[in-house]
Amino acid sequence: MQRLIPDPDGRNADFYRHLATGRLHVQHCDDCGRALHPPRFGCPRCGSEALRFRPSEGRGRVFSWTITHRPVDPGWADQIPYATVVVEMEEGIRLVGAWRGRNDELALDLPVVVEVEPESDRFAFLWFRPAPESA
Amino acid sequence: MIGPHPLRARTAIVGIGETEYVRGADATPVQLMLRAARSALDDAGLRASDLDGIIPPPGYTSAEEIAANLGVEDLHFAVTVHLGGASPTASLKSAAMAIHSGLASHVLVVVGWNGYSAFRPRPGIKPPRYGLDPASVGNVTMDYYLPYGTRSAAQFYSFILMRYKQLYGIRDEDAGEIAVAARAHAQHNDKALMRGKSLSLDEYLAAPWVAEPLRKFDCCVETDCAAAVILTSAERARDLRHTPVLYLGGAEGHPYPADDITNRPDPFQVGLSFAAPRAYAMAGVGPGEMDFLQVYDCFTYTVLLQLEALGLCGRGEAGDFVRDGRTRLGGALPMNTHGGLLSQGHMWGMNHVVEATRQLRHEAGAAQVEGAELGLVTGWGDFGDGSIAILGRGA
Repeated sequence: MQRLIPDPDGRNADFYRHLATGRLHVQHCDDCGRALHPPRFGCPRCGSEALRFRPSEGRGRVFSWTITHRPVDPGWADQIPYATVVVEMEEGIRLVGAWRGRNDELALDLPVVVEVEPESDRFAFLWFRPAPESA
Repeated sequence: MIGPHPLRARTAIVGIGETEYVRGADATPVQLMLRAARSALDDAGLRASDLDGIIPPPGYTSAEEIAANLGVEDLHFAVTVHLGGASPTASLKSAAMAIHSGLASHVLVVVGWNGYSAFRPRPGIKPPRYGLDPASVGNVTMDYYLPYGTRSAAQFYSFILMRYKQLYGIRDEDAGEIAVAARAHAQHNDKALMRGKSLSLDEYLAAPWVAEPLRKFDCCVETDCAAAVILTSAERARDLRHTPVLYLGGAEGHPYPADDITNRPDPFQVGLSFAAPRAYAMAGVGPGEMDFLQVYDCFTYTVLLQLEALGLCGRGEAGDFVRDGRTRLGGALPMNTHGGLLSQGHMWGMNHVVEATRQLRHEAGAAQVEGAELGLVTGWGDFGDGSIAILGRGA
């Protein structure tokens, strides 16, 4: 069964157009430097409308997660039990993504890296996996 | 503020009504709401023509449709509160504002839905044309959560509840106490969907996961039902049938940002964290003075978060707070004496308002909290928007 692909508009469409290049981009305020997610039409801190998507290094830490055991979504039913993670990125924003790792290794603050899986030029999936051991 | 808040104790709940709580209703949401509304009118001893204000839920119907079916010919006041499950309790505040300002004299607040049947279409029965209005959180949900196989409230809330459980070491048995206590209380309620079905802690722990950290019995029960209340001025209430239940204070609150549950600086600062202190100030009472609590219990863990937001205990301490039967009937602070959403049925918390009214009228039967004079109701919805009403027994 096909996974659900959103049809975003406005600033969310901009987020996914950048992500669909294969690299995560995070919206920043040009005036105060704050990273914003979900992307906004104006900076909630300084009011600026000069907002720009900047490429991200794609590193973060696990903030939270859930493990789904019931087939609420036919597109994911064959993955049960599957984890969905909330990751706090180095930029300070948090992203929701799918988990590419063992469910039993999930823990608060676990270092992770993003993997971007483009579906089209308008949408890409975010996956996270444990960061490689630092050498 | 100098002197008491202008809305304190100026309005009252004078009528309550509920349909049966079932799975597989013989009626559409609109029909169920009309039944509950007529039942509330009968309870109050009022006629539909006495109504001049209607607050419908954010979806399924409109004030216009309710008015046309009830025969409310001169509607002065119609608003809708968009707080998901926090809407009914927040709507009491809108009603109190309209009545106290003289814009309306008798306001109906009504909610109803096919919370079970709408998700399980039956052959030959057309599903309701209009559903819930999801606009307040729809953009974030559709674009950032739904692609990952997370499309239910249990999953969205688990984004914060798993962190809460991990950070504060919440024990499964503490969440279980919320579920087991609700089920025990539902045995006294002849309108409870789960009446006659007991639940032990062992059964709770043995039940399958839905979305970790939530098991089956951490989640409230999908139900077809409707409930309604009628408010009027405290002065007018004295002439009506029942002991008035005074609206002493209330508030709504929104976490920040409200449209995304994952990007809040403090994920456990929910709408009720902001609303509760304002409501206490408005009512001139504190959380320690309550005779009972009716806390919106879509999930067990969200009840724990709300007990902390209410100021009844510190951060991460709600598990300890509910231990040893403190919130059971007969305990120091009985909670959800009707069985709640977890075991009476998911009535958007309007059943909590109805039960608080019964308690303060001293008409709660076997679930009566002896001598109840003061109680509070909370609402929760749309990723943690919160509402609260503090109600007192009138003279």
